[in-house]
Amino acid sequence: MILEMNGIKKSFGDLEVLKDISFNVDSGEVVSVIGPSGSGKSTLLRCATFLETVDAGQITYMGRSAVTTTSEGRAHYVPHAELNQIKRYFGLVFQQFNLFPHYSVLKNITDAPIHVQKRPKDEVRAEAMELLRKMNLENRADAYPCQLSGGQQQRVAIARALALKPEILFFDEPTSALDPELTGEVLKVIRQLAEEKMTMVVVTHEMPFARAVSNRVIFMDKGVIVEQGDPEEVFGNPKQERTVQFLRNYQR
Amino acid sequence: MTLSTMLSAMGEGMLRSCAIFFLTILFSMPLGMVIMFLRRSRLKLVSGITKIYIAIMRGTPLMLQLLMWYFGPYYLFGMSIRGYRFPAIIIGFSMNYAAYFAEIYRGGMETIPQGQYEAAEVLGYSKTQTFFKIILPQVIKAILPSVTNEIITLVKDTSLAFTLAYNEMFSLAKQIAASQTSFTPFIIAGVFYFIANYAVAFAMERIEKALDYYK
Repeated sequence: MILEMNGIKKSFGDLEVLKDISFNVDSGEVVSVIGPSGSGKSTLLRCATFLETVDAGQITYMGRSAVTTTSEGRAHYVPHAELNQIKRYFGLVFQQFNLFPHYSVLKNITDAPIHVQKRPKDEVRAEAMELLRKMNLENRADAYPCQLSGGQQQRVAIARALALKPEILFFDEPTSALDPELTGEVLKVIRQLAEEKMTMVVVTHEMPFARAVSNRVIFMDKGVIVEQGDPEEVFGNPKQERTVQFLRNYQR
Repeated sequence: MTLSTMLSAMGEGMLRSCAIFFLTILFSMPLGMVIMFLRRSRLKLVSGITKIYIAIMRGTPLMLQLLMWYFGPYYLFGMSIRGYRFPAIIIGFSMNYAAYFAEIYRGGMETIPQGQYEAAEVLGYSKTQTFFKIILPQVIKAILPSVTNEIITLVKDTSLAFTLAYNEMFSLAKQIAASQTSFTPFIIAGVFYFIANYAVAFAMERIEKALDYYK
């Protein structure tokens, strides 16, 4: 198991965003998380990547415990040093790309491996060029993010996350900020990664993509997992009334 | 008095004005960074005190502040203020300008989207790395126009050192103008400030251009 989340609870003030969610991801799995906005799917991802702290529950990566629950039922995070080690297991691709505007494409990708992971420059650079080739951007290595289209920026962001060699890659609505004609190039890259058996969790509104690429689909609503399973099952023959409603609204 | 004797008499004053200028920049810009962090502190007491400090520095005349820094130690602690004139000027200017710079930095920090911090955090950058590698370069670019304004104001403000009877250039210009019943020293002073500020604007524009490679 790469990621195990158990009994995750998260509230913002009085609003309960995640109500006792449990969620596991196995090696090589591609999991799509779908659901209406405000259902808690992005918050789930932000909790998994420690951008938000959970109120209760357990989070374990590769068998290493990151968050445990105390006897009073409150979440307890492991010490900073251990948490930083665990952070190396995952990468995150944001909806808004969040590239560093003052760094070239190449430096965006190589800086963290060189200065955070302290790996040799030449090796990192060669790998980064290889990643850029894979993203079909090898001729944009020296460009700056502002010179790229949204689709190109998102592909650089994916390369940047992959350069740290994560065990699992999270995508938070990776195509939601893109013009419709640019979503294809990003989805193609994710599909390619799926074929290479990269473990991924994708929060998305692209239903045909979720259906075609993932091994498992999770439908979330109002802070709970309403239904999950094989994409053909969830999309073709949903069991829960709420899922049926949601998918019907989408097909319109 | 010929023009060249006037110039040479004022020359030393120009050096003194320059000394005030450069030392104030040297101390106030880093100090402003510290004040900005204190102002942004999550501890209410720290940010509150810093807020009051900034309010006083911005809300009272620099001239009055210079008098306070110079004579304050004597009236409060009976400290001998002999030889303390120049340090008092530098402290007064630096403390005042640091407050302004702190607010400029704070404005710059606020232009950085939350996503930059989050991206850095997920990529494993430490807090220090995030600030110096990711945030600060973007803040510098964002605040350059305001910093230029502030530096230009400082060039002109150096003349306020006359309050403490310090013979910087403008004080000398006034003295010579009075003794020689001539307006020429004021014209020389005006040209001096103008050239100094022209140089500042030119240098800052070059820096802005150099950072133009990204948006």
